[in-house]
Amino acid sequence: MTVHTVGSRRVVRAACAAAQEAGLHVGMALAQAQALVPNLHVVEANPDEDEASLRELARWAIGYSPVVASDPPDGLWIDIAGVAHLFGSEEELLSDLTSRLTRQGIAAKAAVADAPGAAWAMARYGAGGVVPTGRIVDAVATLSIRALRIAPDKLGALHRLGIERIGQLAAMPRAPLVRRFGRDVALRLDQAMGHAFEPITPLIPKETPVASCAFAEPVARLEDLKGVLLRLAKDLCRQLGRRGEGVRRLDLIFQRVDQKSACLRVGTAKANRDAAHLARLFDERLQTIDPGFGIEEMVLVASKVEPLTEMQIHARGLGEEDTGEADMGPLVDRLGARIGMRRIYRLAPVQSLVPERMARRIPALAPPTGSVWPENLPRPTRLLDPPEPVVATALLPDHPPAFFVWRKVRHKVAKADGPERITPEWWNGDKSSFARDYYRVETEQGGRFWIFRDAPTAEGGRWWMHGFFS
Amino acid sequence: MHAGQQDRLAALRLQIARMEGGSQKTRPLPFGLKPLDAHLPGGGLARGVLHEMIEAGHASEFAGCTTLFTAGIAARLKGPVLWCLTRRDLFAPGLLRAGLHPDRVIYAEAEREREILPLIEEGLREKGLAAVIGEVTRMGLTASRRLQLAAEATGVTALVIRRWWTLAEKDLVHLPTAAATRWRIAPAPSELMPAPGLGRERWQVELLRCRGAEPRTWILEACDAKGRLALPADLADRSDQAADRRAAAS
Repeated sequence: MTVHTVGSRRVVRAACAAAQEAGLHVGMALAQAQALVPNLHVVEANPDEDEASLRELARWAIGYSPVVASDPPDGLWIDIAGVAHLFGSEEELLSDLTSRLTRQGIAAKAAVADAPGAAWAMARYGAGGVVPTGRIVDAVATLSIRALRIAPDKLGALHRLGIERIGQLAAMPRAPLVRRFGRDVALRLDQAMGHAFEPITPLIPKETPVASCAFAEPVARLEDLKGVLLRLAKDLCRQLGRRGEGVRRLDLIFQRVDQKSACLRVGTAKANRDAAHLARLFDERLQTIDPGFGIEEMVLVASKVEPLTEMQIHARGLGEEDTGEADMGPLVDRLGARIGMRRIYRLAPVQSLVPERMARRIPALAPPTGSVWPENLPRPTRLLDPPEPVVATALLPDHPPAFFVWRKVRHKVAKADGPERITPEWWNGDKSSFARDYYRVETEQGGRFWIFRDAPTAEGGRWWMHGFFS
Repeated sequence: MHAGQQDRLAALRLQIARMEGGSQKTRPLPFGLKPLDAHLPGGGLARGVLHEMIEAGHASEFAGCTTLFTAGIAARLKGPVLWCLTRRDLFAPGLLRAGLHPDRVIYAEAEREREILPLIEEGLREKGLAAVIGEVTRMGLTASRRLQLAAEATGVTALVIRRWWTLAEKDLVHLPTAAATRWRIAPAPSELMPAPGLGRERWQVELLRCRGAEPRTWILEACDAKGRLALPADLADRSDQAADRRAAAS
């Protein structure tokens, strides 16, 4: 429990869970608390240190989103717009965040909502968790009016009127409410309901390389933004060059005239400090930014840097001696900025003969594996996943089919090769007991198909179409 | 044509080639098959332009032959290859049959059809690539012109495989594009083996459209492990080969 001095009184400022169970609460006089719990452990509150450690925590939370702000005395804002998909979903992000905090010994409660005010209320007075889009009015209505962040004297006045819940306050006529309690009560109510906008001023760690540009006049044209972006990138790269670092993640934050902010985040596959290249990564998504009435300030933050000592040498495409070993980093970055880094990959061989399991994805810039699949295996170029059933007739059991019907077309088999038996891999947890007998068949027209039977004919094996050679 | 005229033509060609900076990179990629290379302008498949591949046959929506044909071309080029796709039906072990090593291929998987053309164009801007292969359903005149210009600027070869899933989409492939060549690959019955089994695949390779050459059809054997096509041994007396034979005999 910590105490601080208010006037001449010593008042409880914060109490741990055990103390709260013993009946202590924030705002209680120290003498009363000590009377309730005789061997109370009391620590003098140190608001400056609290704030500093909160800022430290906020800096840690930048791993989740570029727009993070500390909300003294005990809160953090994280603007997760546009980053939730990196964690799968908002729920997963939230559980990841809380479990990490718990592991650090910090008791935390988190909530996601459309408006910062609603998330504040839900995290402190509600159940926490994710409030679905468009449902904040319902979610907030049942909460106590203390969740509104209004001054204590006004809270008392509202209590006297018998208003306990946010829903009751929202149902009151607006004009008398403002006249009686002032504008800020109405504003807080709107912020919690998501009707009024509330800016979050992002915290930028001191040691992070930052380039910013504030405009004398608001800027809205895309070309101007691109020009400024390039200038910022050059500035940033100069800073990075002095420190011998390259960018792995870059955030671009726009401050609009109406105090709203928007941000874009791009990543690079390798540390990079080529200004023109970094500026180009934003090209595609810059047009998704709505400038509104104009943008006042642009801030470019290198939120993740890595040491980069080698300098780039532009010697590509100069002449014949140019070997094929070109640097694919910039290309992968540009593609990744368009469709996401996860969708740029290479396929590496896996020691398996089950077709669905023969390849695994590796990062596009991973070092060459050098391994290949066994070369003597005839494998189709296209795989049908999942396999489609075909009606096939074989002349003898365990012979290739003489003809088959696939997608309502009857194909007569002219030549065939097989069977090639592929057995399930019990060491990979395959429970099924059947083995697949694969046949390569060529129809009279020359089309080649990869067909398998999922069990011997005697055991009622069915036929499936699995791939196409031609 | 007089001998003097021919000399002048040859000199002019040489001059143009010099103006175009005829380095190794811009020289056409030969197929290594005389009838094909002799028919194509420059003696092979031009680099730094857009080529379009269409599949015909029964399972044409899966583009099995075309995939191998394209992979074979990419395998014979030097350098990394970008493969842009939307559907996950590509089976990478199959590409090894054409000699395309998995370390050389970077895949870019677009979620939507409309993302794929920008991806291909982005790839074509990268000088270090050997080729960009794209699986495309819709490609109009303007879009293909953009790809063609991007390919020309860097010398990266663009290979577009036309895919479709509905009949309406299939009709789209007949619309004109700005591609330098348009190929149609269809499976053809392979050689009868003395014993039960399958021989090397055979394709009917049609050159539907080509700048500076007539449309033509060949029956060819599919790519081997180095990506090379071959002429079938027993088809020497086919009508489409007759002209070559006469030319070779005279």
